[in-house]
Amino acid sequence: MSTLAIQTHASQTTRFEKNAATREPNWVKYLLLGISLSFFALFLLLPLIAVFTEALRKGLETYWLAFTDADALSSIALTLTAALISVPLNLVFGVAAAWAITKFEFRGKQILITFIDLPFSISPVIVGLSLVLVFGVHGWFGEWLVANDVKVIFALPGIVLATIFVTFPFVARELIPLMQAQGKEEEEAAIVLGAKGWQNFWYVTLPNIKWGLLYGVILCNARAMGEFGAVSVVSGHIRGETNTLPLHVEILYNEYNFSAAFAVASLLALLALLTLVIKSYVEHKISKRTNG
Amino acid sequence: MSINVKNIHKRFDEFTALDDISLDFPSGELVALLGPSGCGKTTLLRIIAGLEQADLGDIILDGENASNTHVRDRQVGFVFQHYALFKHMTIFDNVAFGLRMKPKAQRPSESKIREKVFSLLQLVQLDWLADRFPAQLSGGQRQRIALARALAVEPRVLLLDEPFGALDAKVRKELRRWLRKLHDELHITSIFVTHDQEEALEVADRVVLMDHGKVEQVGTPEAVYNHPQTPFVYSFLGSVNVFHGRAEQEHLQVGNEQLRHHNDSYGHAQDVFAFARPHELKIVENNHHEGVSARISRVLSFGIETKVELDGLNGTHYEVHLSQQQRQDQPLHIGQEVKLVPSALALFPKEIETLRLSEQQG
Amino acid sequence: MNTLRQFSVLPGFGLSLGYTLVYLSLIVLVPISAIFIFTCQLSLSEYWQVVTSPRVMASYQLSFGTSFLAAAINAVFGVLLAWCLVRYSFPGKRIVDALIDLPFALPTAVAGIALTALYAQNGWLGQIIEGYFGIKVAFTPIGILIALVFIGLPFVVRTVQPVLEEIDTELEEAASSLGANRWQACRYVVLPVLLPAIMTGFALAFARAVGEYGSVIFIAGNIPMVSEITPLMIISKLEQYDYTGATAIASVMLIVSFILLLLINLLQSWTAKQTGRSA
Repeated sequence: MSTLAIQTHASQTTRFEKNAATREPNWVKYLLLGISLSFFALFLLLPLIAVFTEALRKGLETYWLAFTDADALSSIALTLTAALISVPLNLVFGVAAAWAITKFEFRGKQILITFIDLPFSISPVIVGLSLVLVFGVHGWFGEWLVANDVKVIFALPGIVLATIFVTFPFVARELIPLMQAQGKEEEEAAIVLGAKGWQNFWYVTLPNIKWGLLYGVILCNARAMGEFGAVSVVSGHIRGETNTLPLHVEILYNEYNFSAAFAVASLLALLALLTLVIKSYVEHKISKRTNG
Repeated sequence: MSINVKNIHKRFDEFTALDDISLDFPSGELVALLGPSGCGKTTLLRIIAGLEQADLGDIILDGENASNTHVRDRQVGFVFQHYALFKHMTIFDNVAFGLRMKPKAQRPSESKIREKVFSLLQLVQLDWLADRFPAQLSGGQRQRIALARALAVEPRVLLLDEPFGALDAKVRKELRRWLRKLHDELHITSIFVTHDQEEALEVADRVVLMDHGKVEQVGTPEAVYNHPQTPFVYSFLGSVNVFHGRAEQEHLQVGNEQLRHHNDSYGHAQDVFAFARPHELKIVENNHHEGVSARISRVLSFGIETKVELDGLNGTHYEVHLSQQQRQDQPLHIGQEVKLVPSALALFPKEIETLRLSEQQG
Repeated sequence: MNTLRQFSVLPGFGLSLGYTLVYLSLIVLVPISAIFIFTCQLSLSEYWQVVTSPRVMASYQLSFGTSFLAAAINAVFGVLLAWCLVRYSFPGKRIVDALIDLPFALPTAVAGIALTALYAQNGWLGQIIEGYFGIKVAFTPIGILIALVFIGLPFVVRTVQPVLEEIDTELEEAASSLGANRWQACRYVVLPVLLPAIMTGFALAFARAVGEYGSVIFIAGNIPMVSEITPLMIISKLEQYDYTGATAIASVMLIVSFILLLLINLLQSWTAKQTGRSA
């Protein structure tokens, strides 16, 4: 959803602040800053701080124990596996979709773009339900799957499918506007100069989109590792087997094991912060490219 | 290498971009495709290159039908309107790109590539920029690099899409002269697209005038400028005064007034357009027996010529150019009522042309 | 030419579009169509009975009501935040700017337990609010509202911010040269330009809130008729192996999602037209 917003430059802000026509009286400025920053602190900062203080409430030892627990380790492994499978698949899809949409003119393009956005507006719970309807015991392929002893629901494949579904649009969504803005003149120039199919992509297209690609992958990965609703429906919550990290947090929390729940949650929060740091760095890179 | 374009048709949905175009480009010439935007000139260039496919018709390169040959194999050099330099590569790598893309068997060694790239950079006088990136270059420099890159693969034809379109006036003039000089050195068959008549007339050996997907006239710059064959060419090349009237045996009836014409092929009370260049009109006293009435609205006297702007009846406007000598002989002041007498008039029958011409001027 | 696509020299059209369509169908379209096909197994009256039963109706009211309110709160504060980020310099601005996206990056379950801990009776904020105002937040609809404000926060900021950045200072200079005071310039010149973006952000936040599950269930308390959101109704039907019931409710939500998606598309093309950018 968050397309590559170009960072506000310090110079631009001072331009507004120095200009009599775009400047408010100081008391208005500080009032607005006060209100919006309080809102920011109350709704964003405080929950983030709460995660870490709750996690460390019973000391570092309890904190550490939460991770060395066998169930915690297996949930970390499962989360990493699911992300490792679904992110590359969505990466390939994102590049293919963006290539088709931005480099060619064809009918139904707008409908295709809308369909790619679809997972953003569907409740994760419905995603999970729809997979149960297709692959569950009473679903379309249920009998066949049981007969062939293949488990999808309450197993890794179901978790991966749910993760792919909810993270489906991320890479494509970042690449489409980027590649649209770049046009296709460079690719045409490469063809005239003799570049063949993949050469064109590797030498000309990829270097131009690498930061946008990284941006999409980072957001895709954050969502893949943090998805709760959709995975919750298809996982079956089998401890040590089909629990991802967010589900593990839920189980610990529901067992009133709060410090452990927050300890695991703090790991996910760190991942989120790391995501935001990389994201800011990539945005910085992109804005430098477009301005340089 | 010669290029022959045979009966090319191209439509985009409802829009006819090219309507039965046939042209011959002899070997070694520098030809301009000139016309207003939307006339189909860029589409034609892209079809010759193979970047676009014609709905009908053939492209013959060096006597061989190349209609179904892929761009890659046509051996054309193409310079894009916005240069299309690869932003992430150095100038050197940009120019070397075409050589490095060749299949292993035909690819020169890295040292050969280096040699070739530097000789091209010297040709465009920018060898000192080899390690820079495109973003660090000025528009004119980028343009020259784009040309060097296109030449690196030794194309048989050079195609340039609005090569000076994105540059400011001064750099444009410089690059124009430079391109002409380069062509005289290399003698590679070249076609460039432009909407700037001055550019086409100054640089090209021959000019192809296009409008609404059709060829209007082909010829040397002198020929097309001095002997326009259609009303479009007349009004597109340089400024022109238009009279709407009816051609009689000896004269042209414009409203209640008469102008003499020297054209034998008209004379049956036919509705025509009559064209006269600004220097082909004479300003005379308003009691003169012949001429079209007008009132002087502005006199611009700088440079070697004096430009006189006049308002005619029914909201028409005229422009007359006088030499400084004529200006001194004839006192003119704003608001003065005068008559205009053409020394030459070119007549064209009013047919469907009416519509198109009014669109051009509108 | 009446072909499917226009000629292009670039390679890979068949491969990339074919792959896109197959992948899209397998991952998204087939499962989603399963919802509608399963729903068709119910007769119309059965369907109507499931989707309008009192408990489900109460959940719609709660879900749509709190989502609307949360999106409205975000519209107001989102514009304020975007304004401050674009127009003012203040210490820590880059960090604030980066953290705006926290709700996108933070797993919803983590947000859910963190908010619950804050607003529970013994939590930092819960204590204050209950002590001074006598209002319970956690395990009530107010708690749900707070969770939905959290997850919807970035949408309005991130749709308004780029538009605000692109507004030329000339616009406000013209307004003040014509005698408008600062408030009039903002109200009659800047706000109308921002309006499509604000509405897009509102619609995106609303759409996200309606389907939200993870961050809400911890703080909601999930009391039937009081604090049960619609996605939770689907889960509880599913846990009772009432597949048709779950599917029927899901189909209602899906239809709402489709309508919202259409609306968002229209709003985005409106924004694009207003700001002269491609969508």
